[in-house]
Amino acid sequence: MMIDPLSVFILLLGAATPILFAALGELVVERAGVLNLGVEGMMITGALAGFAAAHASDSPALGFVAAAIAGMAVSMTFAALTQFLLSNQVATGLALTLFGLGLTALFGKPYEGVKAPAIMPGPLGLNWMIWLGMALVPLIWWFLTRTRPGLILRAVGENHDAAHALGYPVRLVRILAIGFGGALAGMGGAYISIATVLQWTEGMTAGAGWIALAIVVFAQWNPWGVLAGAWLFGGVTVLQLRLQAAGVAVPVQLLSMAPYLATIIVLVLISARQKFGRSGAGAAPASLGRPFYALK
Amino acid sequence: MFRLEPRASAPLLWQVVTPLLAVLATIIVGGALFAAMGFDPVASIRTIFWDPLFGPAAGYSRPQLLVKAGPLILIASGLALGFRAGIWNIGAEGQYIIGAISGAAVALAAYPLEAHWIFPAMILAGAAGGWAWGMIPAMLRNWFGASEILVSLMLVYVAQRIAAWMAFGPMKNPEGFNFPGSRNLQQYESASNPELIANSGLHWGGVAAVLALAATWFIMSRHILGFHIRTAGAAPRAARFAGVRPERLVALCLGVSGALAGLAGLFEVAGPGGQITESFGSGYGFTAIIVAFLGRLHPLGILLAGLLLALTYIGGELAQMMLNLPAATVQVFQGMLLFFLLGFDILTRYRIRRRA
Amino acid sequence: MKRRTLLGSAAALMASSALPAFAQEEKLKVGFIYVGPVGDGGWTYQHDLARQAIEKEYGDRIETTYIESVPEGADAERALTQLALAGNKLIFATSFGFMDAVINVAKKFPDVKFEHATGYKRAENVATYDARFYEGRAVLGTIAGRMTKSNKIGYIGSFPIPEVIQGINSAYIHAKKVNPDVEMKVVWAYTWFDPAKEADAAAALIAEGVDVFMQHTDSTAPLAKAQEAGAFGFGQASDMTNFAPKPRVASIIDNWSPYYIKRVGEALDGTWKSHGVWLGIGDGEVVIGDITEAVPPEVKEEALALRDKIASGEYHPFTGPLNKQDGSAWLAEGQTASDEELASLNFYVEGITAPMPK
Repeated sequence: MMIDPLSVFILLLGAATPILFAALGELVVERAGVLNLGVEGMMITGALAGFAAAHASDSPALGFVAAAIAGMAVSMTFAALTQFLLSNQVATGLALTLFGLGLTALFGKPYEGVKAPAIMPGPLGLNWMIWLGMALVPLIWWFLTRTRPGLILRAVGENHDAAHALGYPVRLVRILAIGFGGALAGMGGAYISIATVLQWTEGMTAGAGWIALAIVVFAQWNPWGVLAGAWLFGGVTVLQLRLQAAGVAVPVQLLSMAPYLATIIVLVLISARQKFGRSGAGAAPASLGRPFYALK
Repeated sequence: MFRLEPRASAPLLWQVVTPLLAVLATIIVGGALFAAMGFDPVASIRTIFWDPLFGPAAGYSRPQLLVKAGPLILIASGLALGFRAGIWNIGAEGQYIIGAISGAAVALAAYPLEAHWIFPAMILAGAAGGWAWGMIPAMLRNWFGASEILVSLMLVYVAQRIAAWMAFGPMKNPEGFNFPGSRNLQQYESASNPELIANSGLHWGGVAAVLALAATWFIMSRHILGFHIRTAGAAPRAARFAGVRPERLVALCLGVSGALAGLAGLFEVAGPGGQITESFGSGYGFTAIIVAFLGRLHPLGILLAGLLLALTYIGGELAQMMLNLPAATVQVFQGMLLFFLLGFDILTRYRIRRRA
Repeated sequence: MKRRTLLGSAAALMASSALPAFAQEEKLKVGFIYVGPVGDGGWTYQHDLARQAIEKEYGDRIETTYIESVPEGADAERALTQLALAGNKLIFATSFGFMDAVINVAKKFPDVKFEHATGYKRAENVATYDARFYEGRAVLGTIAGRMTKSNKIGYIGSFPIPEVIQGINSAYIHAKKVNPDVEMKVVWAYTWFDPAKEADAAAALIAEGVDVFMQHTDSTAPLAKAQEAGAFGFGQASDMTNFAPKPRVASIIDNWSPYYIKRVGEALDGTWKSHGVWLGIGDGEVVIGDITEAVPPEVKEEALALRDKIASGEYHPFTGPLNKQDGSAWLAEGQTASDEELASLNFYVEGITAPMPK
């Protein structure tokens, strides 16, 4: 039985969009040297806020705007704690996830069983958010590699002490990056509630935020890699379901481990390449996860 | 304006006061949240923090604190070693699951034989499973420089899928009417991990948790290894001159924390949990990270933090039952607690000075 | 006046505590533990509706409590014990995975009655109850068989457990009856609730040419996908009328209220006894939701006629001749499947080409 690759690809684009948004946001955050494990918490916040706004205004577009604002707002908790109060990023991120999941479950009660307005289809039958997600990839790549603010952001992520010595506002750059990451995670979450499911249910992001974190690593902190990673992770799910539908016996559990194992392998390869001195390309930002404090 | 000045060492007073401040702030803000939601704030707080300890059914819920806190403390005490050395094992959840599966595998292979060696063998297998799962990120970091944060996190998802595969495939109970899940080890005497004293809530996992706390305390404060760990965490470059071999430290910290998480999983599956199911990992490994930080990576602190988190879980259930507080409240509450703790932590590490 | 009633009731209260014989009927406390949040819109939501129904039915005579999102395993045992300690005398545990916990706790509280949904372990004070969802699936299968243009119908399974396998078989058998050319595509999502994944599963079926599908997972995500693609689907667990008249053309509803009302009533008048029951359409536990105008009237009539035949007991959805998927004989002409056999069903019937997951 043949499976039409184009149809798989189209399904994949939709499945990949929420994780693509969240992973692109996290990429920028990590490039600035910050590890925010709260992606899931920000996504679910965006999912609720976006859904509520879309429902109230009857406009999916407004929903996504609201989701971005809400995602950014909760990410500011993380920013305040890690940047001003210098708290541990791993623990703060986990707390953000816990907090986001709980808070949305509480405040989402009135929206249970309510339907969202339909999202407008864009060119080629794909909605505008799919297009926007793909457009963000070159934009972020261009920003990071071809613009001065992008260069500063990367400098901050590679060596915050040196960046500070050069007079760059390390803390401000990181706060902006965290806010951007929050906004994109929020939009990714809203894609699930507004475009995929058309309904709000608590816990509906169901681990997508963690997949986004994996994708950033898989991508070697490169936007194009994020696109490939989102397609791979989305693709494995879509493909295994598609194979099942076509009547092929699929070892589902084993197959669904594959993207995570692939991520580990990629991580090992890039780390090894760097360690054995060939090239530092694709390695983790050197200051990733380390707190910065200016001694003066 | 104010500015921060790092402290050379964290004063004991602040180490004790900041967690209390965090709990207090959580109670105040949480109370306000409950009030805003239309619940009686005083009753809510009392139900969560007081009733499990001294309420009408405290005779039951107090031992349950041990059941819930045991695995958290056991895992967190191992994690704290690594965290002190700047080695970030955030995949304890995966090591917990693999430990449980390895231990259960021994029991299921031996079933229905009744013999004294089975439970000790399960303990060994559980620890070995967790150790091995923890050694993967350790070796990948040592050989290739791969980030142990990310590898250990990825391995959580792999472990979860292995658990699901086991529950539906190799470990499915042949007498279970085709429902997923292994045999219940509680009903297999040689493999079960029952309460040691009736109604105490104490099983071997609790004993192991106390031993782990004592051992980590000894290592951290009385042994050269503790000095190495602290040096590596505080001043990685200086550590080499102090004779620290980072590779060894990575393998040790990840291996030990993996083994302890594996043990926690084994004691859970042989005891209160009973069986390997598709959703066996219920988040202890992640919550233990919170416990480790809440306890400021100190054995005594971890003991108290583990009990406090267990209290919020059990109190949260009581609050649902007595006051119809939604389950999500507990999550919000725990998230807030952690936020405040992390925020107030700055008082221990830094001195606040008025800018001259 | 107010003061007098207050005093009066205080006196009555004292009298009643002094003389238990005159005491008013004590409130029966009824507890529930749920595996998901009450807002899941599916399984737990339906159980909670039934909880509200008993409150309405018995008013002041009972008091209900629930604990939601209880993980299976050790936490379930604690939640059940807490409920028992809090004075609940009748406790409903609404997930298969609570089974061993219910049995353990029931041993410790012989005076508390337990009702466990979908399990198979019983005791003096532990009753089990389940729903014959496959009866409803037969009706949905009939509609699906008639409505499909592509002759491909689909089924989104949660986990390969007997309940879901019964549903797939029943739907297929009855679709095939009305449409001999029909083919069944099956996708296992390996989750009860993950909206994004369920949507992907629906999309995979649609891409395979399926134009009518059933789901055994709880979210509305598959219906949203059906809407986009112009396919048809069915409400699952709850009515999901948000998506009516199409893509949701009918639904299979878990209606626990009649059973809960009956059992609470028995507990109140002291006639409660342990049992294991498996109730279906005839008992009102499995309900076919409104069949919308998107379904042609003659198909609707046919579906309703089948429903009524099943309800009256005149027809059993698993009636021979039926072969297993591998072609070996299962049920002879006129023979019906026994409950024991259905309860551990692990094979497809002949004609389904999808492989059974291992």
